[in-house]
Amino acid sequence: MTFKAKFAGALLATVMSTTALSGAFAADDTIKIGVLHSLSGTMAISETTLKDVMLMLVEEQNKKGGVLGKKLEAVVVDPASDWPLFAEKARQLISQDKVAAVFGCWTSSSRKSVLPVFEELNSILFYPVQYEGEESSRNIFYTGAAPNQQAIPAVDYLAESEGVQRWVLAGTDYVYPQTTNKILKAYLMSKGVAESDIMVNYTPFGHSDWQTIVSDIKKFGSAGKKTAVVSTINGDANVPFYKELGNQGIKAEDIPVVAFSVGEEELAGLDTKPLVGHLAAWNYFQSVDAEVNADFIKEWKAFTKNDKRVTNDPMEAAYIGFNAWVKAVEAAGTTDTDKVLDSIIGVSVPNLSGGTSTVMPNHHITKPVLIGEIQADGQFEIVQETPAVVGDEWSDYLPDSKNLISDWRKPMSCGNFNVASGKCGGKGS
Amino acid sequence: MTLKSFLQALLACLILSFAAPSFAQSDPKPLIDALAKADFNEAEKLLGQIAATGDARVVPALNAFAEGDLYFRKSDNLVFIAKAAGSGFELIDPLTGAAAGQAAKNAVTKIKVNNNLRRVIRSAMGGLTLLSPDRAVRLQAAEAVLRSPSPENLDLVEAALAKETDGEVKARMEEARAVSVLSSDRSIDEKRSAIETIKNLGGRNSLGILNSVSGSIEVGLKGDLDAAIASIESEQQLWDMAQNVWYGLSLGSVLLLAAIGLAITFGVMGIINMAHGEMVMLGAYSTFVVQEVIRDNAPNLFDWSLAIALPVAFLVTGAVGLVIERGVIRFLYGRPLETLLATWGVSLILQQTIRSIFGPTNQEVGNPSWMSGSFPVGGMTITWNRMWIILFSMSIFVALLVVLKKSAFGLNMRAVTQNRRMASSMGIKTPWVDAFTFALGSGIAGIAGVALSQIDNVSPNLGQSYIIDSFMVVVFGGVGNLWGTLVGALSLGVLNKFLEPSVGAVLGKILVLVLIILFIQKRPRGLFALKGRAVEA
Repeated sequence: MTFKAKFAGALLATVMSTTALSGAFAADDTIKIGVLHSLSGTMAISETTLKDVMLMLVEEQNKKGGVLGKKLEAVVVDPASDWPLFAEKARQLISQDKVAAVFGCWTSSSRKSVLPVFEELNSILFYPVQYEGEESSRNIFYTGAAPNQQAIPAVDYLAESEGVQRWVLAGTDYVYPQTTNKILKAYLMSKGVAESDIMVNYTPFGHSDWQTIVSDIKKFGSAGKKTAVVSTINGDANVPFYKELGNQGIKAEDIPVVAFSVGEEELAGLDTKPLVGHLAAWNYFQSVDAEVNADFIKEWKAFTKNDKRVTNDPMEAAYIGFNAWVKAVEAAGTTDTDKVLDSIIGVSVPNLSGGTSTVMPNHHITKPVLIGEIQADGQFEIVQETPAVVGDEWSDYLPDSKNLISDWRKPMSCGNFNVASGKCGGKGS
Repeated sequence: MTLKSFLQALLACLILSFAAPSFAQSDPKPLIDALAKADFNEAEKLLGQIAATGDARVVPALNAFAEGDLYFRKSDNLVFIAKAAGSGFELIDPLTGAAAGQAAKNAVTKIKVNNNLRRVIRSAMGGLTLLSPDRAVRLQAAEAVLRSPSPENLDLVEAALAKETDGEVKARMEEARAVSVLSSDRSIDEKRSAIETIKNLGGRNSLGILNSVSGSIEVGLKGDLDAAIASIESEQQLWDMAQNVWYGLSLGSVLLLAAIGLAITFGVMGIINMAHGEMVMLGAYSTFVVQEVIRDNAPNLFDWSLAIALPVAFLVTGAVGLVIERGVIRFLYGRPLETLLATWGVSLILQQTIRSIFGPTNQEVGNPSWMSGSFPVGGMTITWNRMWIILFSMSIFVALLVVLKKSAFGLNMRAVTQNRRMASSMGIKTPWVDAFTFALGSGIAGIAGVALSQIDNVSPNLGQSYIIDSFMVVVFGGVGNLWGTLVGALSLGVLNKFLEPSVGAVLGKILVLVLIILFIQKRPRGLFALKGRAVEA
């Protein structure tokens, strides 16, 4: 009885949605999605890969018959690592090309630049990179890691399994490292670490002369307590940093470095033999032993026609975001923004580490945290894996945001609900 | 009750002391095989037991474990040392070292190792190899014990010390003994002399060891310990100064490398060459290509790859420079603004070309063995790559000076820059001198790229990070003066490195920039201003 009713309901819904759709999109038979990644300029090194992943995912989806019976079409634009240009290109994608959703951005600055555009024009952005949190927009889905899905578990691992008592927080001087380090410092101090046992150090973008800082780390580490470096050093600056560590003879056994921005792709330009044992925390490593991952890697190598290409965490985040969107669109039966925003919450899709990731009401997703040690072949050996963790947009360790939560389901529909005052609003967007 | 427990403890001790020797002769094989199914904590315990057997035959197995070469066979859970051979593995018995056949890749599983286990292994290996007949191995073992002090190694060190005859090894073992004594429960007098030994050893490691026991040390020794720490710290402070100067020279030499090509194109010829950074980048990519060819065809030549890359990079970038001068710049002499825009465009074209050919990601340029690692000088560490780069930039500087001052081409070049019309009337083909001067500057930038590929990323953006610094150095040192470029680069480097420890890298860079602006206000022509007719021309 119930089954029949459900079946009939589903059938009816499908029929209705297809008729509605064929009415609305009678003119064209493809669904467009936007790909907003820098293909030139400083960020091209990281973002070009994600553009390729999106093209691969679209191709695969079209082989499976597309979405809602239509082919997908990727509209690729190049915002050239220029933050204001991101907003301009986003506007062009939404208003001119009429894309149903956009997949893109890497740096927080670019995301902050496009955020008002997506809210104004009511479209959807899937953001695939780990970030500092402290944000939740109605129109953005954050499929990368929030600090509690990366930084905090990594620090816990070091404290427990390596007995680290003294911490160097080293980062590039911009918003992601600054906020992450603020959260980590508050977290460590709440765990009873003295302020004198924490050293915070910032360097400019693209810093290449690490001699002084590495020798400062050595000095800081000779206080008789086990010391570790938590690195939020961005992109290119990592290579000279690790080279200097290796050359000055700092071994992972003495002072381990755990990094949040170093993945397989970054290690590809580096001889990793002196770095064996240094760590990284991500939600995915290429070395994950799962069938779905093996398939993905095979597909990726075939798509890029390059047997040496590696996979990394933001690629997995893009994969999850894309599949969640496809599933939500199929559930809603339309690509209409408001309907998809409703239907995507609670959607579960397989991730590449063998489990599933669910889109939560705060527009973040659940995923496991993996800690890996760098190996001589440039891959990571996973030394710890947690169960799936829910991304926490407003950090519980910062006084400004500890009372805030986000829930985009009706009737709350609020990105920064203050549980202390019971009102929507306060810090942030 | 208490007597009973005391007796029990005594009995346990007796049994242990009897058990220990028999255990020592026991076979470590089952312990090693147990590693197959152990998690990290169990593996740590097993390692302790393996080390306690005192059996030196386990050393290769431990070594392989630390290197991640220890595998177990899925069919029978036996542990082997595995070496990759073709598509599978060559299995080696962990104790005897005898070959144990082949295995397919999926028939064996790697035994995971983490930092903590590597530390335990290092300490255990130190203890086990102290009595090795090989002098180098004994020295290494003493170093290992010195770096990871543990009271368990104390007896082993003392036994080894009694037999040791070699002076240097003996001294190192004395130090290893001292650090082990400090964390043991030996008498106060013994510890006091241990503190003295460590104090004389000096250096950051000793400081760490002394600091680590300062919480647990006997009250009577607190004074000695604090005095020793203070003494090492004050000595270390002096070395820190020396280290800063060295770092400054090293940074200065990198600046010099980046700027020296520009000192010719901008300094001597007056061309605002925004594509200078891309010449450096092309040099670095030439190195990459040379290394790839060597890796594929003659891997044993790898240590020579940089020497081979030098002429290649010089010729490639020199040729590109020649094309740029003939194709673009020669039409723009005397129009600095247009030159700036045109060369900026050229730089973007070159970047995107490289990006299209090699892709946007970093390319791996390897360090030859003689450029890796470091050596200690007193209380400071000098890394080989930085030292070679300092020497290299100085030799380029000298070579360039010789070309400019002693060669016929240099003479022509100087003649053209000082008085173009006069030079022309003397029969010098000034357009070609211009072209080859620009090619020389570009070629030198390419050579700099070979050196910079050793310390920085080889990506299409490599050049951009050096262009501002290069102009800064040339303007600060005085346009048109090579010596000015040298002094400017080195003084900016040292200044930067002295600011960095106190104000941080970000603020340090800003302060240097502010100082340069103020300096240029006072002396618009830089440190070494050219005098005479050339200035007015």
